[in-house]
Amino acid sequence: MTRFSLGKWLLPLYSALALIFLLVPIVYTFVFSFNASVKSNIVWVGFTWDNWLNVCADASVCGAFGTSILVGVTATVAATALGTLMALALSRYKFRARSAVSLLLFLPMATPEIVLGAGLAAQFLSAGVPKGFVTIVIAHTLFCLSFVVVTVKARVASLDPALEEAGRDLYGSSAQVFWRITFPLLLPGITAAALLSFALSFDDFIITRFNNGAVTTFPVYVYTAAARGVPAEANVIASAVFLLAIILVVVSQTTQAARRKRLAKLS
Amino acid sequence: MAFAAFGSSAAPVEQAPRKKSWIAWVLLAPGLAYLALFFLTPFVSLILTSLQAPVEFGDVGQYQTAFKIENYATVIEQYWPHFLRAFGYALVATFFALVISYPLAYFIGVTARKWPLLQALMLTLVIAPFFISFLLRTLAWKQLMSDDTPLVHALKALSILPPDGHLTGTAFSVIFGLTYNFIPFMTLPIYTNLERLDTRYLEAGADLYAKPSTTFWKVTVPLSMPGIVSGTLLTFIPASGDFINASSTFLGSAQTQMVGNAIEANFLNLLNYPAASAMSVILMALILVIVGIYVKRSGTEDLL
Repeated sequence: MTRFSLGKWLLPLYSALALIFLLVPIVYTFVFSFNASVKSNIVWVGFTWDNWLNVCADASVCGAFGTSILVGVTATVAATALGTLMALALSRYKFRARSAVSLLLFLPMATPEIVLGAGLAAQFLSAGVPKGFVTIVIAHTLFCLSFVVVTVKARVASLDPALEEAGRDLYGSSAQVFWRITFPLLLPGITAAALLSFALSFDDFIITRFNNGAVTTFPVYVYTAAARGVPAEANVIASAVFLLAIILVVVSQTTQAARRKRLAKLS
Repeated sequence: MAFAAFGSSAAPVEQAPRKKSWIAWVLLAPGLAYLALFFLTPFVSLILTSLQAPVEFGDVGQYQTAFKIENYATVIEQYWPHFLRAFGYALVATFFALVISYPLAYFIGVTARKWPLLQALMLTLVIAPFFISFLLRTLAWKQLMSDDTPLVHALKALSILPPDGHLTGTAFSVIFGLTYNFIPFMTLPIYTNLERLDTRYLEAGADLYAKPSTTFWKVTVPLSMPGIVSGTLLTFIPASGDFINASSTFLGSAQTQMVGNAIEANFLNLLNYPAASAMSVILMALILVIVGIYVKRSGTEDLL
């Protein structure tokens, strides 16, 4: 009997330890955002609010952060637009070469980032395109595209066709059915895809490293600074982004749960 | 939210595919043009660049179109240990990520089903690392493992680590970093699969007098194979091309350089574009072969 109860606790304990393991560097980054370090943020000196209050004391950190936001938004808009159209085509229409198109979309996800990055860099080099903001956005749109298609396709597949049929039965034109029924139902999937794209773009380093030229995104800044010590302001920005993202997740999950409860009560 | 990409939990509804295929092509055209221009053509550029020869009496970084297939032999000869380390480290890291992730995914997807709130909380924690810079997390491990930390002192006191030993800059720390960084990529696909596992199969196993361990290996694991395959691929492929963990500024040293480090150095520092391109082509080809064999062996071709 004792053996049995040990087995019963082993799995939760193991899972808890795995989660703690995942969180250790996050906590470390957060704690060291309050370090009163002068130049390099390696040894704990003392607690201070200064880094949080004067994030832009080191202007290069804030500049890199702004570039990352701009790149992320541009690439997200481009990838979400292109990807949503592709997802609709793939899940709604039958055409020859459908499996070939699916394979073409799967391949960028199966290619190591370094090969994508070096390939694009080789192409820009041979075409004589100078590297910079535009080439970063092109690269980010490329690797976000497949993830958008996968995410939106999953949403289209879970739509109940009866809803659109009802729209048509009530004499809605195709355009009306699409914009009043299909699109609002797809919107959560499209939003999820856009958020995922932004997160992927914001944290990308490997592909960016090959195509950034002289433009510094936040990860490029951290990489360059790592050799001589990353300032605590970088920890502040990363921690702030983290807190914001977690709040977003919690809010969206609780509203979803509340909606499910309301719907359950109705039926 | 973010884990929607790893498969929807809702059951797909049968939809009548529509006829007008020209509309499909109109919808696909911009995306396909993008992929042709920025995904397929770069592969052609990569192959062409890999065959280039230096311009005679030219500057460093000046190359001309050629058919110098010897470039491949040169990089293999010079960098075969880098290839070996890349695949070796990636393989070990994939194994450890699976060992850590599977029980975690099982707990969230099966055991915690009765408590949706706990399930949501744990999933949020699994994706939490995605929200904070991957480079800063890796640097955090470097600092936690560096020479003057309590961890290293403890290991030395316990004689696990020799008195003059280091944790950082070793194969251990590189594999540790790779394992850590890819755990969410392993956990999420296995979780999405196990979440749909019909527990009546497990009860059937018990009813037929199978020990819990037999049921696990003969029922649960085979049923979750698609999740395991996507998880291992999502870990192995990026890990084998990674150059952050193995770089000397992060968890590695000159002795732990992987092929990614060699590609980065050749392309961006030495301006030896043909060598970097040849290595990228070899890396891609090896990965396609490995993935092809693996997917065929595990019987999950329909995954693609």
